[in-house]
Amino acid sequence: MSEKNKAILTGRHFFSGDLACAEGALAAGCRFFGGYPITPATEIAERMARRLPQVGGTYIQMEDEIASIAAVIGASYAGLKAMTATSGPGFSLMQENIGLAVMTEAPCVIVNVMRGGPSTGQPTMAGQQDVMQAKWGSHGDYEIIALTPSTVQEAFDLTIEAFNYAEAYRVPVMIMMDAIVGHMWERVTIPPADQIKIVNRKKPQVPREKYAPFKPDEDLVPPMAVFGDGYHFHATGLTHDEEGRPRTESIKTQQTLVQRLCDKIRKNADKIIQIRETMLDDAEIAVVAYGIEARAAWSAVRKARNAGIKAGLLRLITLWPFPEKQVAEVAKKVKTIVVPEMNYGQLVREVERAAKTTPVTFLSKLGEEPHKPEEILEAIKGGKH
Amino acid sequence: MRLEVRIAGFGGQGIIRAGLIVAMAASLYEDKNAVQTQSYGPESRGGSCRSEVVISDDEIDFPKVTDPDILVVMSQAAYTRYAGTLKSGGTLILDPDMIPQQQTMHDKRIYKVPATKMAEELGKTIIANVIMLGALTSITRIVDAEAMKKAILSNIPKGTEKLNLDAFEKGYEYGKKVLEESNA
Repeated sequence: MSEKNKAILTGRHFFSGDLACAEGALAAGCRFFGGYPITPATEIAERMARRLPQVGGTYIQMEDEIASIAAVIGASYAGLKAMTATSGPGFSLMQENIGLAVMTEAPCVIVNVMRGGPSTGQPTMAGQQDVMQAKWGSHGDYEIIALTPSTVQEAFDLTIEAFNYAEAYRVPVMIMMDAIVGHMWERVTIPPADQIKIVNRKKPQVPREKYAPFKPDEDLVPPMAVFGDGYHFHATGLTHDEEGRPRTESIKTQQTLVQRLCDKIRKNADKIIQIRETMLDDAEIAVVAYGIEARAAWSAVRKARNAGIKAGLLRLITLWPFPEKQVAEVAKKVKTIVVPEMNYGQLVREVERAAKTTPVTFLSKLGEEPHKPEEILEAIKGGKH
Repeated sequence: MRLEVRIAGFGGQGIIRAGLIVAMAASLYEDKNAVQTQSYGPESRGGSCRSEVVISDDEIDFPKVTDPDILVVMSQAAYTRYAGTLKSGGTLILDPDMIPQQQTMHDKRIYKVPATKMAEELGKTIIANVIMLGALTSITRIVDAEAMKKAILSNIPKGTEKLNLDAFEKGYEYGKKVLEESNA
């Protein structure tokens, strides 16, 4: 079997979300994993440690999560598609270098299999408590992309897409997968290689000496040479010009750079954002949910419809950039919105902001179990006019 | 139709693997929809542990078990915690040697399978979960025995095939026997 065939296990499998995520990475062309094991993400590291050598890739177990993300940035600069996987405590340690990945525009994928926090919290129990951290965890103004799967098939599919976004926009992409989905087993179908859409970073079209590593094309994304291939290439976490030279006192450079780092995502938000609408056409009540909570919400909406209540589901696949326009459109159509989350009130704030005057009911769940469909159904009934 | 199965015991009994095998058998070898979820504590051995399976002909929305139709318990703690969650008219399969304190429950079908003792007789305590899977298969028929065997074979280390299939057969026959006795 060729290395390419070994990387894409075309066929039907029974996988956990963690395993599907690892296989999605391999199918996307990921050939480097730098990580440090942590419950409930360890299965991703285990799978990558076994699988990467089979496809000519490299797995390195680093001394901690700070080093893990640093190694990932280095591998990305060396031209590989690279990833790491962690959970809350490791995600916190990675934040400074996530900022470095943003600033140096290093395409990479960071998986956070979310357990209960704060701190070491509940290692084996699920949560959705890091969804704001994904956007705001590192300092300064920046934009990243964050995706969240609700099924094991989606853990596979979205990991491929995460790499595609990372390569297309030269940005860290996060997969925010709650531990229930991470440890949940379902059937996964892996398509043949020629049916998987793969995006690779743009290569420079100029002579080596004329290359400016941070000079964007019209889409605001600069082409990326392989570091060490002879292209003029300076990279730094300091504010830098298009050549990559530090410009720590230039107001104009700071404005141009920070705005571009944000705008390359903001201006492409419509191309990036993915949502799923279920039974929303005539809905009077919308449930907005993601991850495992979206499965509970789907069941609740079905039960509500059976009871003659016009409820629908807006499932968020992209958490960041936040699907503001999409939520606003739903808010205009319905009388009320219900937001169940496995935290004490996070993404609901974004929903409230987008929903403007439409009332939003928040349902909090802490500690392992998601909402039962009946609990969401009760809230739907409470919101029935 | 949605069928909910909960398997519970302590870490090290192969509880999570048992649920995984049931779900895989239904999903890959019977072409139904199935999902397995799990819950366990930070201890790798001895802590409370449960494995949940939902099997359905339709697409499965909510993957967690709320009202189990079938409950398999292999420890006293799991029995005490979950016996009451079983649906009225549901099926309870338990290992009597692991559960000295039992209550009378008139609205449930109860089958006693001494899987741990039987596993000791086979020379391997860790095979008790596969004996339980055999009994679960013949008592409830949630999945076909052949599908279950295929799923077992794809979940075990090389060289243990005979041990596992023997354990499955033993459990299957024992389950058939207790089922016949209860129907008599």
